[in-house]
Amino acid sequence: MSKHAATGPSDGDLPTPRPRRKRVVLADSRAPVTVLRTVTELEEQTSWAEEVVRGFIRTQFRTAVALALLVMLLFGSLPLLFFLIPTMSQVSVAGVALPWVLLGIAPFPLLFGIGYWYNVLAERHERDFVDMVEK
Amino acid sequence: MELNAWAMAGILLVGLATFSIGFRSSRLANTTQDFLVARRTVRSRRNAAAISGEYLSAASFLGIAGLVLKDGADALWYPIGFTAGYLLLMLFVAAPLRRSGAYTLPDFCEARLGSAGMRKLAAVFVIFIGILYLVPQLQGAGLTIHQVLPGAPVWVGAAVVSGVVFVNVFGGGMRAITVVQAFQYWLKLFAIAAPTFVMVALFFGDGGVRGAGVTGLTDPMPPRFPADVVITVETPVVLTVTEPVTLTATGGRVDGALGGRVYWGAGQHTVGEGTELRFTAGSPVPVVQGAPPDNLSWLRPVSGAGDLFTTYSLIVALFLGTMGLPHVLVRFYTNPDGRAARRTTLHVLMLLGLFYLFPIMLGALSRLYVPELLVTGKTDAAVLALPMKIAPGLLGEILGAVTAAGAFAAFLSTSSGLVVSVAGVLSTDVFKGKVRDFRFATFIAVAVPFVIAWSLRPTDITLSVGLSFALAASTFCPLLLLGIWWRKITWVGAAAGMLLGGGLVLAALVANIVSGYTGGWAPAFFQQPALVTVPAAFLAVLIMSKATQSQLPLDANRIRMRMHAPDRLGFIRDRDIARFGAAEDRARLANGRHRR
Repeated sequence: MSKHAATGPSDGDLPTPRPRRKRVVLADSRAPVTVLRTVTELEEQTSWAEEVVRGFIRTQFRTAVALALLVMLLFGSLPLLFFLIPTMSQVSVAGVALPWVLLGIAPFPLLFGIGYWYNVLAERHERDFVDMVEK
Repeated sequence: MELNAWAMAGILLVGLATFSIGFRSSRLANTTQDFLVARRTVRSRRNAAAISGEYLSAASFLGIAGLVLKDGADALWYPIGFTAGYLLLMLFVAAPLRRSGAYTLPDFCEARLGSAGMRKLAAVFVIFIGILYLVPQLQGAGLTIHQVLPGAPVWVGAAVVSGVVFVNVFGGGMRAITVVQAFQYWLKLFAIAAPTFVMVALFFGDGGVRGAGVTGLTDPMPPRFPADVVITVETPVVLTVTEPVTLTATGGRVDGALGGRVYWGAGQHTVGEGTELRFTAGSPVPVVQGAPPDNLSWLRPVSGAGDLFTTYSLIVALFLGTMGLPHVLVRFYTNPDGRAARRTTLHVLMLLGLFYLFPIMLGALSRLYVPELLVTGKTDAAVLALPMKIAPGLLGEILGAVTAAGAFAAFLSTSSGLVVSVAGVLSTDVFKGKVRDFRFATFIAVAVPFVIAWSLRPTDITLSVGLSFALAASTFCPLLLLGIWWRKITWVGAAAGMLLGGGLVLAALVANIVSGYTGGWAPAFFQQPALVTVPAAFLAVLIMSKATQSQLPLDANRIRMRMHAPDRLGFIRDRDIARFGAAEDRARLANGRHRR
């Protein structure tokens, strides 16, 4: 759009002898045509596109749910464990009671680790999807 | 505690630094996009620091240590939940929400569900959650100022925070606040880490627990006062005594009789307003009703079936509530794209995990050194009171000044974030969305919570914050999760879920406040109802959406694709530019995709 903006109202003030040469480009041969086509297809929601997108969303969803279940299982089981095995608080690890290690220290690196793992997986799925669409 | 000049100086410095950083960056802000989403150009690292800075509120800085002091192991679920909430946000919400191109949470509702009514409803809840979250921040500020400057009435702190926040948000909106919040994360981390290191070193230097001459944290006995102490009870309390104790009470009623030399046997005792209690060093500490009375039960998590229920309810509220907090989500809109939003969350997980180690340690230390807070129940003051007890003298004063300054940074940054998000919604949904409207909305978003904070009785900061998490988890969490991942959600279903979930939590909140004034009849369940309200809200959305499939938005598939397609394909279309943007931006957007 900036190309068009350069010409226009500015040459209206004096009678220019000759209009300047302009290069008219119908199609840029360097542009990745196939990419545009598949992307347009996605945009237009053809049945192929819909199927592909739905599959991709499902993959991402499965990954997220699997990791969320892992988190829920790990943390959800703790209160029940403490309730059923009250002697756990008498065990100590390096001078700190076991429940305090499990609740006060361990969760933070664990949560970061799971987050890191998800980031790697999600970005890999996105790359695969883009590769497939742009092939 | 006498006037602490160091602490006052620390607080003033934080206020001044906040003000000047905000002022400098607000000169760059002039468009509506600047005020709403900082032009969506915030890099993921700075954004992560800003998110963490905004998120580490009074509840994190003061509240967690206080609750650890009082409730012990069960309180550790708060920092876990506060952090894990971000993991779930990252898994399900971060990237798709950013790609939706919305600029506020209500705007997302309209974009996804195609209903202007839904937008209004969401706006109402954003404002509600914002205010519910702001009030404890302001009350915490009042508490801090009161602790540092005992002569000052409680409203002074709230007024100072409101003033600084108002000026910053008024001047530069999101653009100014981003830098301020990122700065305040590092400030808070320093303000809690440095004193913790020094105090832990002093503690072990004294020979640990044995050297301090108090009950060890694993002994089945109540904690003991490390020194003679005078405690002023400002609001009436009921205390639990497990080991008989003698004390002197003056100036008020104890167990219904006038004070004097009193002997308390095991059982419950009531203390009236304005009573001064004197305990000698080494006598066992009576604790407020409901808190674990001896150190062994304090150390042990989940001591009964009722505890089990409350713990699970808390886990649900915190894990799912974070993704529904409007002031957190609004920061995700400032990322350039979905991938950056995800990376931002990953950084946040690291920054939060780093921070939360320290309040936990401080809470455990204060059980040894400041057990007198257990008598009044005002355990939120633990972080502020601890330094003077561990290191009396100049060192303690300086450490106290550092923690007080950090606490003040916490109030400032969280309140700023909340005010920006509430003002953003007010200005775009109630007013026309011009910069002038944003500034007027800022005034309302500061003034209303200030009046409420002034008039309501303060409770534990973390508990009231816990309730706003429950509200967020029962309203926006179902809407976001199902809106992003479930194709068949309709606006009717979303509205039904929001009204049911939100209504239930608000009913619990009102019941809580009423019971607080009329004798505390509400069961503990009312303080944390998420285990019931969140599934109810999810069910309502599912059932009502299934019943109203004719209301499916026509472009549901396209919007879903836009939310999930990788950024490189270039489907993001920012709705704020479409609505408020410069003419050139609008034209570019109307042309279709803009590839980066």
